[in-house]
Amino acid sequence: MIRLLAAAFVALLAALPASAVEIKEITSPGGIRAWLVEEHSIPFTALEIRFRGGSSLDLPEKRGATLLMMATLEEGAGDLDSQGFAEAREALAAGFEFDANDDSVSVSVRMLSENRDAAVALLKTALTAPRFDQDAIDRVRAQVVSIIQSDEKDPNTIAWREFDQQAFGAHPYASSRNGTLLSVAALTRDDLIAAKANVMARDRLYVSAVGDITEAELGALLDDLLGDLPETGAPLPPKAELGLKGGVTVIDFASPQSVVAFGHEGIERHDPDFFAAYVLNQVIGGHGFGARLMEEVREKRGLTYGISTDLVPMDLGWTWKGGFASANEKVSEAIGVVRDEWARIAAEGVSDEELEAAKTYLTGAYPLRFDGNGRIAGILVGMQMDDLPTTYLRDRNSYIEAVTSDDIKRVARRLMKPDALRFVVVGQPAGLEPSN
Amino acid sequence: MFRTLRWTILAATFAAPALADEVTTFTLPNGLEAVVIEDHRAPVVVQMVWYRAGAADEEPGVSGIAHYLEHLMFKGTDTLAPGEFSKIVEANGGADNAFTSWDFTGYYQRVAADRLELMMQMEADRMRHLKLTEDDWQTEREVVIEERNQRIDSDPGAIFGEQRRAALYLNHPYGRPVIGWRHEMEKLTRQDALDWYGRYYAPNNAVLVVAGDVDPEAVRALAETYYGPLDPSPDIAPRVRPQEPPQLAERRLSFSDPRVSRPYVTRSYLAPERDPGAQEKAAALTVLAAMLGGDGQTSILARKLQFESRQAIYTSARYDGSSYDDTSFDLAVIPADGVTLAEAEAALDAVLADVQENGVDPAQFERVKARLRAGLIYAKDDVGGLARRYGEALTTGLTVADVEAWPDIVDAVSEADVKAAAAEVFDRRRSVTGWMMKTGEEEVMQ
Repeated sequence: MIRLLAAAFVALLAALPASAVEIKEITSPGGIRAWLVEEHSIPFTALEIRFRGGSSLDLPEKRGATLLMMATLEEGAGDLDSQGFAEAREALAAGFEFDANDDSVSVSVRMLSENRDAAVALLKTALTAPRFDQDAIDRVRAQVVSIIQSDEKDPNTIAWREFDQQAFGAHPYASSRNGTLLSVAALTRDDLIAAKANVMARDRLYVSAVGDITEAELGALLDDLLGDLPETGAPLPPKAELGLKGGVTVIDFASPQSVVAFGHEGIERHDPDFFAAYVLNQVIGGHGFGARLMEEVREKRGLTYGISTDLVPMDLGWTWKGGFASANEKVSEAIGVVRDEWARIAAEGVSDEELEAAKTYLTGAYPLRFDGNGRIAGILVGMQMDDLPTTYLRDRNSYIEAVTSDDIKRVARRLMKPDALRFVVVGQPAGLEPSN
Repeated sequence: MFRTLRWTILAATFAAPALADEVTTFTLPNGLEAVVIEDHRAPVVVQMVWYRAGAADEEPGVSGIAHYLEHLMFKGTDTLAPGEFSKIVEANGGADNAFTSWDFTGYYQRVAADRLELMMQMEADRMRHLKLTEDDWQTEREVVIEERNQRIDSDPGAIFGEQRRAALYLNHPYGRPVIGWRHEMEKLTRQDALDWYGRYYAPNNAVLVVAGDVDPEAVRALAETYYGPLDPSPDIAPRVRPQEPPQLAERRLSFSDPRVSRPYVTRSYLAPERDPGAQEKAAALTVLAAMLGGDGQTSILARKLQFESRQAIYTSARYDGSSYDDTSFDLAVIPADGVTLAEAEAALDAVLADVQENGVDPAQFERVKARLRAGLIYAKDDVGGLARRYGEALTTGLTVADVEAWPDIVDAVSEADVKAAAAEVFDRRRSVTGWMMKTGEEEVMQ
């Protein structure tokens, strides 16, 4: 009974519209382009601003400058010192989040309709006239240092640091965007000013707004907020050369459990096979309970609490990564299961049933992402940075639907290289020999 | 304030929004309570079923059974094979999961609104018809032990938190970890799970929350169809747990581990929770926590310890009044380089003493109240969060009326209320102080 009902529902799936979200592409009077979704039922607006380049623009000896700069933007601007700025923001009940990632820096804003102009005026001081007072820099630096110290003791971070180091060598992707204890200690106010000039420029700006705001209001807001930013920033670094080789790395760490980071080369976001690879990843290690690795490693054998894999198509390099944790005495068996499944799928592909389950999941889950103004604004900026049209929202599921069993077989053969998998194991694994 | 700081464990609790016109409630004859929250912005729905059964309801000796059963609930019924529940949800493009706490166990699915009927059919099915085979329960016990390895034993902060909690509660079962003590988890059996399931998993011990693009009358009709025929459990008794005796001696715990990168000091006070019809004290504590630690820059602890004296790189204050029995008010300080734990603790105590003696800054008080009011507007953007608030309230002894009265009660808190709440709760005899240290660099606890 339940099985029949489920089957009947599946057929309806593609009908659910992500395109309930209606995007307007606007250009402000001053020439700033943005995507807008008007949603007037709740009196606030979410604004997402990103600049391409992010922490990858750090110079080698200045690693951590971009992140420290972003974290210090709200620590005093214009006439206000750190406390004054924070008090003003709190009085407006506005939220400003400044973040730095490898490929972009972001400013995520939410502001009430009742005091939006004041919130924008305050934010503008942070974006155009940050003070970078020495005491503020030192205070935030101490926080970053504590994070770096904590990372040095965290088995997950240790594992991924090593993986990235092997994967990306001399490229900025190889090291933490937090920087090192040495590099962060040496950063100066001038370094932060330079980092800001490198990344916060209009030639790499992407914006979206979702909420209680009209096209005309947004246009004026953007010119006011972002119009004074410099026209150009620093050139992006070159593509990363992937140096990853197959094998096992063991890093001794006293803990009852070993943490495992594994993976090999992935696929570029604009590769014609990207969607087939994306569906294939869902079958193998997608989040949720149906995936092959979750079934084999957790459900059948109880070797882990959770295992998943992800394609990570960054702007300048792409990997296919997975992770899990197992008791030290079980981790060797778990790694064997992962290798076996990787080899099996590379050779045999996946069953039609698995393929269909992955496709229905991915197409059905897509509209669920659009839940809340802030999340929608983030997705829309991500689409712009991936060079996708607004119609992608409508068409995306058809790309998933179009993936065939032959596509999966071809892409599995092309991408899945069991011998190329590198496992970085942090813990005290029993019966596991490192290899080069 | 720096967002990605790893110690952002302790967030402030914000007031729940008044959405009375969009919330509908009903109760089925078999005792199932239901709350429907309408949000028609997107064709999506969340179904949650909350059971009034959590780790604090466990009998001594079987800690972890509530959480273990939560895992086993995905193992199949008379009509569903093991794992099939989640596979059907996923095949319908949905996401599902579950959670266990001291006062409740909950299950949810997020799906397209037109899939609600199937979700209800399956959730109702496993409310009374769970089936556990020999294989299932043993493998899953390994999984929850791996979960313990990952969440607790791999994390010195979590290990110490578990020990501190055990010390905070002298008699109440809140002192036990939700995931269970390892030596008891290793002995959990299929029969333990079935006993727990048979006793607590029934419509008269459950709360259904449906939130999203739905019509309340249609939800009621579906609930009558699928949940209506289920038999209530005869074993549901009033929840009476062992209560705390007068706490007369403060407890001081120190712990060291080689994996600790920075030492820190914590302080937890036993604190009253939100009670039905009597939420004023909890409201004052909620405002107090927001003032002490709600913002990384403007809160009292941040201002005094991070900006003025610069003795700390991070501070926090947290209070969550959603609890069936006495909860806790938690504080933490990560000292700056060169500052000892003893100095950091003294600095924390000085701030707490000042608040009790001199109250709070009126300007900050007004800003925090404005922030809490704005929280009502922002919260409307997160219908899943609203659903959690109702589910949590109704399984921790509150009513829908209490949830709806809460924003006004918080708004009515005065500066004097905050000062009085601080004076009442910050009593060292009812507290646990923790010093987390790095092995080899221990400080002698004072």
